[in-house]
This record gives sequence, C-alpha cells and structure tokens, in this order.
Amino acid sequence: MLIRLEQRPEASKSMVYVSPVIAVILTVLTAMVMFSLLGVDPLKAIETFFVEPISSLDGLAELLVKATPLVLIGVGLSLGFQANVWNIGAEGQLVIGALAGGGLALAFFDQQSVFLVPAMLVCGVAGGMAWAAIPAWLKTRFNTNEILTSLMLTYVGLLVLSYLVHGPWKDPEGQNFPESRLFHDSALMPILIDETRLNVGWLVALFVVVLGWVVMSRHIIGFQIKVIGMAPMAARFAGFREKRLIWLTLLFSGGCAGLAGVIELSGAIGQIVPSISPGYGFTAIIVAFLGRLHPVGVLFAGLLMALTYLGGDSAQITMNLPNAVTGVFQGMLLFFLLASDVLIKYRIRFGAPKIETAIQAEAAE
Amino acid sequence: MTETPRLELIGITKAYPGVIANNNVSLKIMPGEIHALLGENGAGKSTLVKFIYGVQKADAGRVLWEGEQVQIASPNAARKLGIGMVFQHFSLFEAMTVEENIALGISPELTKGDLSARIREVSQQYGLPLDPDRYVHTLSVGERQRIEVVRCLLQDPRLLIMDEPTSVLTPQEVDELFKTLRRLSEEGVSILYISHKLEEIKSLCHTATIMRMGEVVAECTPENETARSMAEMMMGADLVSPERAFRMTDGAVKLDLRNLSVKSTHQHGTDLKQINLQVHAGEVLGVAGIAGNGQRELMEVLTGEVPTGKADELQIDGVAAGHMDPIQRRLAGVGLVPEERLGHGAVPDMSLWENAFLSAATRMNLIKNGFIQVLASTGFALKVVDEFRVKTPGVTHFATSLSGGNLQKFIVGREIMQNPGVIVVLQPTWGVDAGSAAAIRQALIDLAANGAAVLAVSQDLEELFEISDRIAVICEGRMSEARLAENVTVEEIGLLMAGVGLEEEPVHAD
Amino acid sequence: MSVDWLIPALLTIVTAATPLVFAAVGEVVVEKAGVLNLGVEGMMIMGAIAAFATAVSTGSEVLAIVAGAGAGALLAVIFGVLTVYLQSNQVATGLALTIFGLGLSALIGHSYVGKTFGGLAKLDIPGISDIPVIGPILFGHDALVYLSVVSVAAVAWFLTRTRGGMLVRAVGENHDAAHSIGYSVTLIRMGAIMFGGAMAGIGGAYLSVAYTPLWVENMTAGRGWIALALVVFASWKPWRAFFGAYLFGGITIIQLYAQGMGVEVSAQFLSMLPYIATIVVLVIISRDSARARLDAPACLGKNFHASG
Repeated sequence: MLIRLEQRPEASKSMVYVSPVIAVILTVLTAMVMFSLLGVDPLKAIETFFVEPISSLDGLAELLVKATPLVLIGVGLSLGFQANVWNIGAEGQLVIGALAGGGLALAFFDQQSVFLVPAMLVCGVAGGMAWAAIPAWLKTRFNTNEILTSLMLTYVGLLVLSYLVHGPWKDPEGQNFPESRLFHDSALMPILIDETRLNVGWLVALFVVVLGWVVMSRHIIGFQIKVIGMAPMAARFAGFREKRLIWLTLLFSGGCAGLAGVIELSGAIGQIVPSISPGYGFTAIIVAFLGRLHPVGVLFAGLLMALTYLGGDSAQITMNLPNAVTGVFQGMLLFFLLASDVLIKYRIRFGAPKIETAIQAEAAE
Repeated sequence: MTETPRLELIGITKAYPGVIANNNVSLKIMPGEIHALLGENGAGKSTLVKFIYGVQKADAGRVLWEGEQVQIASPNAARKLGIGMVFQHFSLFEAMTVEENIALGISPELTKGDLSARIREVSQQYGLPLDPDRYVHTLSVGERQRIEVVRCLLQDPRLLIMDEPTSVLTPQEVDELFKTLRRLSEEGVSILYISHKLEEIKSLCHTATIMRMGEVVAECTPENETARSMAEMMMGADLVSPERAFRMTDGAVKLDLRNLSVKSTHQHGTDLKQINLQVHAGEVLGVAGIAGNGQRELMEVLTGEVPTGKADELQIDGVAAGHMDPIQRRLAGVGLVPEERLGHGAVPDMSLWENAFLSAATRMNLIKNGFIQVLASTGFALKVVDEFRVKTPGVTHFATSLSGGNLQKFIVGREIMQNPGVIVVLQPTWGVDAGSAAAIRQALIDLAANGAAVLAVSQDLEELFEISDRIAVICEGRMSEARLAENVTVEEIGLLMAGVGLEEEPVHAD
Repeated sequence: MSVDWLIPALLTIVTAATPLVFAAVGEVVVEKAGVLNLGVEGMMIMGAIAAFATAVSTGSEVLAIVAGAGAGALLAVIFGVLTVYLQSNQVATGLALTIFGLGLSALIGHSYVGKTFGGLAKLDIPGISDIPVIGPILFGHDALVYLSVVSVAAVAWFLTRTRGGMLVRAVGENHDAAHSIGYSVTLIRMGAIMFGGAMAGIGGAYLSVAYTPLWVENMTAGRGWIALALVVFASWKPWRAFFGAYLFGGITIIQLYAQGMGVEVSAQFLSMLPYIATIVVLVIISRDSARARLDAPACLGKNFHASG
C-alpha cells in the first residue's frame, strides 16, 4: 500500500488548531509506553504527572507561577519567530534581566518604597533588551546569524550570574553560600492569594498576552512581522524595513524574557541564586510553537508546559523517577507537533491517486 | 506509412487534486521527425513531457518505444532508452562546473575516461561552443542551454525533448539552435518541441499536436497552417486583439531615468549602466530583453527596494525620487507589478484582502493610528475582484488558492485601482492564460489612455509589439534608445537584445 | 620559554579540538546536502551518554564509540524523517532535537552519575612516542584523534573527488534540478543527515570516553553550537573546519593556563572566552555577506517536496 503526501490547494485553517491536540495525545500515549518500559504503571504515572499536581489550590497557584515566565517569554519569542527572527537565547536574556532587577533590589536592600518593584520590573525589561540588543546589532550591522549569537550569549549570561553570586553579590552573612542576601519585603512582588506564591507577575503575563494579541491581529507592526516571515521579498516590495523589524522583535522578546526573569526572582525566589530558571528560556521555544505562535495559544501552551514541570517534580517525589523526564516530554511534544503540522499543508492519502474524484471535482465547477 | 513510430503514447491520463492535467492523450512521433507540442500555459504539455522523461508517473495509459511497450520509471530509464531532455527551467547547478553538471546528467558509465574531451568534441561538432571547466554561474543563458543540449547529445539520443527552449534566447540564438535541431533531425533523431510560439513552429516543425485543457484537440502540419489558425486551435476561441484609441508619446514626462547606474545586489546579477529613459503620460513604453540582463535590478530600483546613488537619477513628475522608499513612491503615485506573483507581488499564505492592504495601505488610507482598517481593506479588495473579474470564492481566501491568471489580474488590478500616475509592470502576462492575458493588456492600454505612464518590461516580443507605443531594449544592464513601435522590426530588436550596437550608444538626432 | 609547558598545552588543544572536529565535519556534509540541522548539541550529548553507558557496562571502548555513533545517527533519523519526509521547519526541528537530546540523556544518565571507567587508552608506540617534543605531539594520542584527522581527509576527498560527493553537493545546490535529472533528493539527504548524526555522536562519545571518562549532565556545554559556528567559519570546507576546531582548542587552553600563569581573572570570565570567540569569529565571517552567500549551499535550510 502506498502512503502519499498530497499538497492541499490551500493551507488548512482547522488543522492549525487540531495539530497541537494530536501532538499532546501522541505524547501522552508514547509516555505511557515509556513508563511501562521503565516498569511503572502507566496510568498511575500519568495521574501523578498530569492530575496530582493541580488537584489542590496550592497546586493550581504553583501552576500559574510556573506558567508566568513561560507565557511571557513564549509571547515574546512568537513575534520574532513569525518574522523568522530566531532568538533562542531567551534563557540568557532572562538571567541578565533578573540580574538587572535583582541588582536594584540589592542596591536598595534596606529601603522601603512602593516604587521599588516597578523600578525592578523596568530594570528587568531593560536588562533583557540590552542582552538581546547584541544579536540584533550584530545581525543588522554584520549580518551575523542570531541563532548562534543569542545562544552563545546565554552561556555568557549564565557565567555572569555565576560570577556575581560567587563574588561581589554574595550575601556577606551567608556562610559563604553562593547566594545573595534575601530581598527586602518591598522588593517582592505582591501576592495574589495568601499562603501561595501566586503573585502579580501572572497579571503582567496576561497583560502581555493581550498586548501581543492586539499587535499581531490588528496593528501594522504585526502585519509587517507576518509578511516578512512568510514572504521577505513581498515585505521589501511593500516597503517594510527589515532591520527595524529585527530590532523590534529581538528587543521585544528580550524585554519579555528579562521581565520573566525579574518576576521569577522577586515573585518566586526572593534572592539571587546560582540557578534562577530551570530552562524556561528554552522551554518557551516549545511553548511558542505549541501555541501556534499566537499569543492566546501561547497562554494555553504555557499552562501545559508548566504542568510538565510540576509533573516532573511530583513524579520525582512520589515515584522516584528522575525529573529529567520533563525534558524528554517537552522534546517529544515538539517532535509530534512538528510532525502533525504536516497536515496543515498536506493531506495524507492511501493508495494510488483517484482519477474519478478529480474528474468529478472538475465537473462540479 | 509502415514505418514504426519512435515513440507512441496511447491514452495517457494524469490527474492532480482538482485538475486533470492530461486526459486520454495519444501521440505518435516518427524517427527524424520534429514534432511540435503546442498549447497555452496550463494545457498539460509540461505534465506530458515529464511523464515521457520518467520524472512523473501517469495514472493510466501505455507507452510504445519503437513498437514495444515500455515503462519509463525514472529519468535514468528514459536516458537508457535514448530519450534526452532540455528543461525549460534548466536543471543546472550554479556552483558547479560545466563538466560536473554534464556528468550528473548522464549515466555513470559515460562519465568514465576523458569526459571533458568528449564534451569539447560534441560541442564543436554541433556548433555549440562550451568550456567544460567554467562554473555555470559565470555563463549566459544561451550558454547554459548549450550545456543541457550537449548533455543530451553525449548520450546519442534517439528522441530529444525541448521544453520551451527559445523563451530565453535572442532571435539570432534561436536561428543557431534551429540549425542544430534540423541537423539532428537529418541524422534520424526525433525531436519533441514544446512551445507556444507559432512562427517558430511553422518554420521548424514537421507536424504539430495541439493541446488544450489537458486534451489533444488537433493535429496538423504547421506548414499548411497560419499562425492565426493554429492559435485559434490552441485557445479554442477567436482571438481578440487589444484595442486602443490612439497612440500618444508626447505627453508630459512622468517617469524619468537619467544616467541611472546601480550595482546589482544579487549574487550573479547585472549592474545597471547609464540608463536613460523617459516615460510620458499617455504612453505604453515596452522594454524588451532576455531574462537576466538587468530587468530584476531595474525593477528593484523602480520599486525603491534598492536606492539609487544620486536621488535625481530617478525622477517622478520631475521630483527626485531615487531615495524614496517604496511607501513614499506609492504615495507619489507609482504602481508596481513585480515579475514573481507569489512571494514578491503577493504573500502566498495571506488572504486577498491582506494582499490588497499590502501595497495599498498608505495610498488608500487603510491604516489609522497604526491599526489596520479591516472593513475598508476588504472593501478595496472586493472592488479589485469585481472590477477585474478575478475568479475567487471570496477575499478571505489565500493568494495561493488563485490560478496564475486570476492572481495576476488581482495584482495588476490592485495597482491600477490605486489610480497611479506611473505604473511599472514586469512580465505582465508571464504564465497567464490567454483570457487573463488579454484582459491585463487591455487594462494597461486603457490606463495609458487615461493619462498614466506605463512601463512594461517583458521577454515576450509579440506582447510588446501589441501593447507598446515605443520600445526600448535592455541588454547587460544598458538600455537602448526607445523607438516608435511601428518604426522598428523584430530583427532590429533581436540584434539589440544580443547586445549588437549598444556599446557605443550613438545619440540619434530626433 | 620552557618546553615542559608547551607540550601539555598542545596536547590539551588536541583533546579540546577533537570533539569539535567530528561534529563540524559531519555537519559540513549535512549542510552541503542543503540541510541545516541545528540539533548537533542534542546528538552530541546522546552520543556522549550512549558511549559512556556502553563503556561502563561492557568495558569495550570500541563498542562505546560505535554506540555513540549509533545514538547520534538514530537521533538524526528522527530529524530526517521530520524534515525530509514530513516537511517540518528545519530550524524548529533542530531545536527540538537539542531539547529532546538533553532531556533524554539526563534521564538515561541519571543512574550513571558518579560512575567511571579507565578511559580511552593512548596509542603508545614504544620508541616513537618517546622521541622528545615530536613524539608526544604527533604520536601518543588516543585512536579517536587519528580517526578525526582521517575522517576530515575522507570527507574532503568524498565531497570533491567522488560521484557520491558530487550528488550531495548537487542536492544542496539545486534540489529541483537534481530531482528532475532523476536523483532521489530524499535518500541522499537522509544519508547525509545520518552521517552527520553519527559524527556528532562520535564527537560526544569522545567527551565522555576520552576527554573526561565521566558522565555529567549537559557535559557538551554548547560544543554542538560551536561546531555549527565552525561550519560557517569554514565556508563549508572540511579542512578549514578542522583548523577552526584547533583554533578553538587553542582558546580553551588559554582559559586553563591563564590561571596557572597567575593571571588575576575570575574563572567565570575565562570560561566565557570560547563563547565570545565564537561570536567574534561569526561576525568576522558574516561581515562580507556577498561572499558568505556564494559559499553557502544554495538550498540550505529549504525543504524539498516533489510535486506529483
């Protein structure tokens, strides 16, 4: 029997939304097979992974805390990806943003002010933007590939963090642990629900989702981003400035990542530690794709990915599985998504092509 | 006649989703015969030859090669039988040498020994000079075609398929090619010659099979036909020539190129050298030339994608415009239709209304405070669809869903509906069905009649003579003087296209 | 300056460069075929864990290296199926490959943390390796170092002198033409992708079997990405990739020896050197965009779908 890919006359709009669902289902099925191979009851494992973490209010709050950076960065990246600007260094921008905001918190560690948190957020955005500005400048000025530069800068950013917590920013009273002093209360994000870590950062993320949505669906900048990504020559023909869009998308995604970093620091952690993020900047790449590079889609994808983090933790605690399972899940999900995306532009056909159907189609016209 | 046909096709059928490319096509080619396969774009010629050459499989039908039934499963199988093919879009590798290109296209056994000596031998024997060590990207279009021909000849073909071989050649190069083909025919090689150029077929081919919408509609002996009668068979309708009220070449200068020199931004592009050209209100100025002689660069300079050195090298209505970006030029009243429809003139996976917005946003006031006015944009797109009879279920459908002709009508319409004072059109009807082509040509003439300056750049001389008031020729980035269409012959244009007489650029006294 | 210092330094360059040589030369072939596989990092790390696990459980170094190559190739097959057959975006798929490889290797490596084995033996040829200066520099390496040199020579020969190499280049240059002449673009690309995967796998295996016979999560530390940068730096030429890798090896040892020589710089800043050097090199190479475009395979990163 023959299996062929047949090009659709027009990209299927419904498949754009069906494909992530197929991908999630395939991932869960594969995960179950994987769990049974590891000698774990697959149903139990799925429950531990996907249901248990969110069966309490605290769990739900934690889900939103984890989703906050993913959604923020995911929205930022999705704009760039649509313009074929591949910023994959969000992790580094997150770290630098966190350091910029956290540095401010440390500088005013004994000051009480309602302006401190907003100022930290601004610093975080600026830090992330500054780090993203390097690949933007190199790409627009020297035509240097932003994938490689932004990624290399991630390693540099992580080393900067390591240097600061091991050196100048180390807590003087901290028994030589590589950690900064704890932030003052007025440097912490206001909590939304008592007894949880859910903070105002989530609302910031929701705001960015709405902002991204409006820009992409109705604003000329969103239109330009889409055109330049789909047909660069048409963008030039229409007079859209490519360099300006490269700057814009890189600064926006860098700013979002920096914001995510400072929110994570002042909302969830409360001090500067050697490991600020468990790879949110990379996972957000998957979030962006899974969310179809659409801000609202990113919101849902961010929640799902946050769940894989919580699931990984809970599987580690209750079933003694290494939490690297999370990374495998995430990678697998992206594979299945990319694979099922073929259905957007192509149809799968079995057997030899049918002549009759084509003839009928023509007769019907 | 009792002679066995070299190739016989019986009942070939091939369907694509929604289209039947070939429906029950039968064809006979005799030894030594030059057989024309004639039809419009989209008539199914290319599908048929791809099948003969083993690139594509048919859904039904039989093939007889010298009387015996065969299956041509791959190009390699075709070559083994003795079938050679020269593609319309050359199958060449730019960054490789002539010899490597030839080695890739012939069976591995033939590459043994001194291939480059054999290439020189064959190319000399048939008057097709080639240097095996040159890189393809340094060669002219004509030379590239020679690679393909030599590649076929090295395998001693018994059937040679030529897919639209002359669309990229000067009239003089065409004559050279025909000499080679006639000689091959005398040696007993059959030739399947695909074209839609009727005069060529009359002068070269022994028989012709005419296709329309995937079916064979007629067979004839070209010698006994007129170009017009064959065209009518090809199009299935009486021809309508565009009408024009009067010729006008003395209006005000709308578009003025003065000593325009621009370096190409493309890898193997052509620099524009000292171009002088004035397009007046009310005229259609045609620019002839073989592809790759600077047309793309000229278009990029006119759209504003590439700025000129000095701003006044390009003037619109007497205002220096060389440094204006595309948006400013549109505001100044320039309409632009690039050669490539999908990807340059339109975004394939965007709806028609978004594609209308693409070029009309500023001039038609479709943006307010940075936000897209969806209703107004949709309205504008609907007007274009309506006015230019674009066949589409609606303006929310993607540009890719339209046929070539309909999309071209949409793009030309989108520019004309913006009421431009100057319109520049590159290859107005390339790959467009005859009905749409006629509509587009008429629209351009009407636009000129209403006082706009129309600059049409095309490879199709028949088209240029049909619509132009004056004709200029571009060759290697230089532009000849524009001359009144009725005072110039195809031969003169052909010489200019080949670069003869352009170097010294004598200034004629008007 | 004393020679005692020089020889270990040169040896360090060799060990630092060898994994990059494997990965970069493999990727040269992949990209020559018109495919951009950004998953080198993922394939390397999978090669590293597969080789390490095999070495620990079987004790066989040869099997370990074969396992590393196999793991890299297997991961590459996933990439190939997705991009070549299912037409997925090459950039996104490459990123997915890296994320997946890092996760899976951590999962598998979980139970190997803290284990070790003897490490890959140096090929000591009695007499020759003892020659002062030249002996230790030219001889006395492990077998993989020599294999890396041989593979560069083999790839260079294959690409320029064989029909197979010509096909790889043809497919990367103009896949439509290659198809219409009658070559299978999909098969040639799959072959190149798998070769690239196997080479990246061996590069990873070198890290966990020869460089430091230990398993550490994320032990490739961005070398896969540096290898990708080297391919651009080398203008897709195998020997230039080789020299590029040794240049980077040189930068790595500055890091190690600067501290030894009493330079007062934090370790973190020295560790940044290879990454910053990569950026600098990329800038220098890409500044001349016209030349970069001339060297790059024309179909790099573009998917091929035969119509009909």
